[in-house]
Amino acid sequence: MPVPNINVRKASTVHKVSLPGAKSTKAASKKKDEDEGVDAHDGWDEWAHGKALIKPPDQVELTEAELKEEVTRVLTANNPHAPQNIVRYSFKERSFKPTSVVDQMAVLFVLEGSLLHQDSDEARGLRAKEGRTEETVTAGTEAEPDEEKPETPATPIEDGGEAEEAEEEDRPDSAASKTGKKELKVTNQFNFSERASQTLNNPLRQRSCQTEPPPRNNFSATANQWEIYDAYMEELQKQEKNKEKQKATQSKSVEKSKKKMLLMETQNDDASKVRKSSKIFERMVSQNIYDDIAQDFQYFEDASDEHRGQEGTLLCLWDFHYDGAKRLSVTALCWNKKYQDLFAVGMGSYNFTKQGRGMLVFYSLKNSAYPEYIYPTDSSVLCLDIHEQHSHLVAVGFYDGSVAVYNLKEAGPEPVYKSTAKTGKHTDPVWQVRWQSDDMDNNHNFYSVSSDGRVVSWTLIKNELVFTDIITLLPNGAISEGPEDSQQASTACGTSLDFHKQIDFLFLVGTEEGKIHKCSKSYSSQFLETYVAHSWPVDAVKWNHFHPKVFISCSSDWTVKIWDHTINTPMFTFDLNVAVCDVAWSPYSSTVFAAVTTDGTVHVFDLNINKYEPICVQQVVAKKTALTHIEFNPIYPIIIVGDDQGCVTSLKLSPNLRKKPKTKKGQDLPKGPEVEIAKMEKLLSLLREPEQSTG
Amino acid sequence: MAEVEETLKRIQGQKGVQGIIIVNAEGIPIKTTMDNTSTVQYAGLLHQLVLKARSTVRDIDPQNDLTFMRVRSKKNEIMIAPDKDYFLIVIQNPSD
Repeated sequence: MPVPNINVRKASTVHKVSLPGAKSTKAASKKKDEDEGVDAHDGWDEWAHGKALIKPPDQVELTEAELKEEVTRVLTANNPHAPQNIVRYSFKERSFKPTSVVDQMAVLFVLEGSLLHQDSDEARGLRAKEGRTEETVTAGTEAEPDEEKPETPATPIEDGGEAEEAEEEDRPDSAASKTGKKELKVTNQFNFSERASQTLNNPLRQRSCQTEPPPRNNFSATANQWEIYDAYMEELQKQEKNKEKQKATQSKSVEKSKKKMLLMETQNDDASKVRKSSKIFERMVSQNIYDDIAQDFQYFEDASDEHRGQEGTLLCLWDFHYDGAKRLSVTALCWNKKYQDLFAVGMGSYNFTKQGRGMLVFYSLKNSAYPEYIYPTDSSVLCLDIHEQHSHLVAVGFYDGSVAVYNLKEAGPEPVYKSTAKTGKHTDPVWQVRWQSDDMDNNHNFYSVSSDGRVVSWTLIKNELVFTDIITLLPNGAISEGPEDSQQASTACGTSLDFHKQIDFLFLVGTEEGKIHKCSKSYSSQFLETYVAHSWPVDAVKWNHFHPKVFISCSSDWTVKIWDHTINTPMFTFDLNVAVCDVAWSPYSSTVFAAVTTDGTVHVFDLNINKYEPICVQQVVAKKTALTHIEFNPIYPIIIVGDDQGCVTSLKLSPNLRKKPKTKKGQDLPKGPEVEIAKMEKLLSLLREPEQSTG
Repeated sequence: MAEVEETLKRIQGQKGVQGIIIVNAEGIPIKTTMDNTSTVQYAGLLHQLVLKARSTVRDIDPQNDLTFMRVRSKKNEIMIAPDKDYFLIVIQNPSD
């Protein structure tokens, strides 16, 4: 047993000796010494002298010469025993490659110390262990003293397991010595090995790219009541459309055509929208320009009327003329009954040597600068009438004998209906057209009278104008029974026509001979009455708006006559000393009428005020200019007069001209047609009685 | 469109009319008879005014709509006729 107390023998002697032996080493060192110089020789000598030289028996005997022979040995850092020809297989290059790096180190002797300090932890641990496993340890040490070594270092390196493992790997022989270490570490008693290898880590890679940023915009809105309403309406329309679609799946072809129509409409929409607002603008601009006239139209009442007694005046308002209709005279005027600011003007010429083009234009009081509608015609327009209910239909009679119907709703300058020679057009100028109420099949129809002596009824059937001769006028006043006679006899020329306001079938026809015939639609063979009225052609004949019996006529023989149709002599005769072109009853009073003459003068009468003289005579255009037509506006206190220069003038009637009869003792003003009839009746009765008494 | 052009020409020929501007729904002038700067100014400012005015009218009654607006000022009168897609502006000096 070694001394337990002080030293623990640490037996670890690993001999890795690659050189031949200690002797050669000695020799080498001796040579070294010899090289170094004299000192070494001295040392060698002393050493040789001091002790008897013992020669090993197998020493080679050398001769003196041999001994003296100098053998030069060179000590190099290279290990001569190191292999020079080691090759390794390179997987990279797929061939064996000589390895250039060879371990050149040669270890001659290694001795590790086996002393441990008594107080060190290592020593204490060792001691404790030895106390327990004395036998085994001793056995182990005795048996394999070399193998004992790993046992000891195993203890101090207990904490560092990894180092131990490395040691184990380094020296596989130590595995056998694990017997002593068993209690300490419970690994498998067999050839334990733990291997680890590190695989190639996949390199981390980061990839990113930048896309084009999506478009952004700010949106802000307020939900107003009307926006909500609009949204709902849109939704409703969508639903309705869907319903329609479901219904219309059967007739797809129809739908397609409809779609086309819709497309057309939408294409037109843009232009039409701006057109509408541009029209508004035209009116607004002219309203600004003619602001004073508009003010007059609405508010001006001639204050001087009070001092003038019963006479009144006319105030000129707007003038309407169109440059495209220069040198044409106004041949017809008609107010639109539905839109009271709109009126139609027929343009043409009365002079048969200057016949040519004509024109139909529509003006609005709201825009005097330019017509609302323009329809150029090939022949002079001589008469026109706007349908009362369907105010977009306008019947027109031309100088060439044809009649036509224009529809304001249809675009384009052509009439929707026009009579031709085949469809019974007149052979002479058409002097008057008048719409009649629809017939039993609800077809629109109108009447015309012409110089050829025929009164014709025209019916609008689909896209045709169907004519029916109502009556043929004969100069002798009565239509002969035999058709042969009537053909031989020259016909009378109708120049004017008017239908009774209440009695549908009753109408008057004025002729060129100055006669007025009272006719009925139902009796085409004879007149109900013939009035020998004028000595010149009858220019106009018109029933009173209120009194069912009274009508008025005027002629170029300077006179205006008022008739009771039951009496064939005139009730009133007014001589104006100049040819009268037109006369019109006022729509607001049964006793007021106005006449225009060729000297450019307007005469206004109120029979209720003055039975003999006009209450207003006013020249409204230049003396040389003849006035041709006059019309009262249905509601406003204004009249329009047309002249032969193609200009239409609007005039406002002063308060005296539209005076209501004064009420006695502050009674309520009786109103209505009955009052107007009574007013007229009163006048007539005054006249009748003396007549009857004289007659 | 020719008819509209004609109408616009007539309006421009009327007494006291200083200019006509047609502005689209976005407030961009597409046709004008005035110089560039004042056109842009009128269009930009009036567009907002029209939107506000229409909003007011429609708020009161959603079935109603603004059809015409005139702004009378000391020097002139600005008239605006708004529509769904375009609106027209006319500047007129009525006292001229």
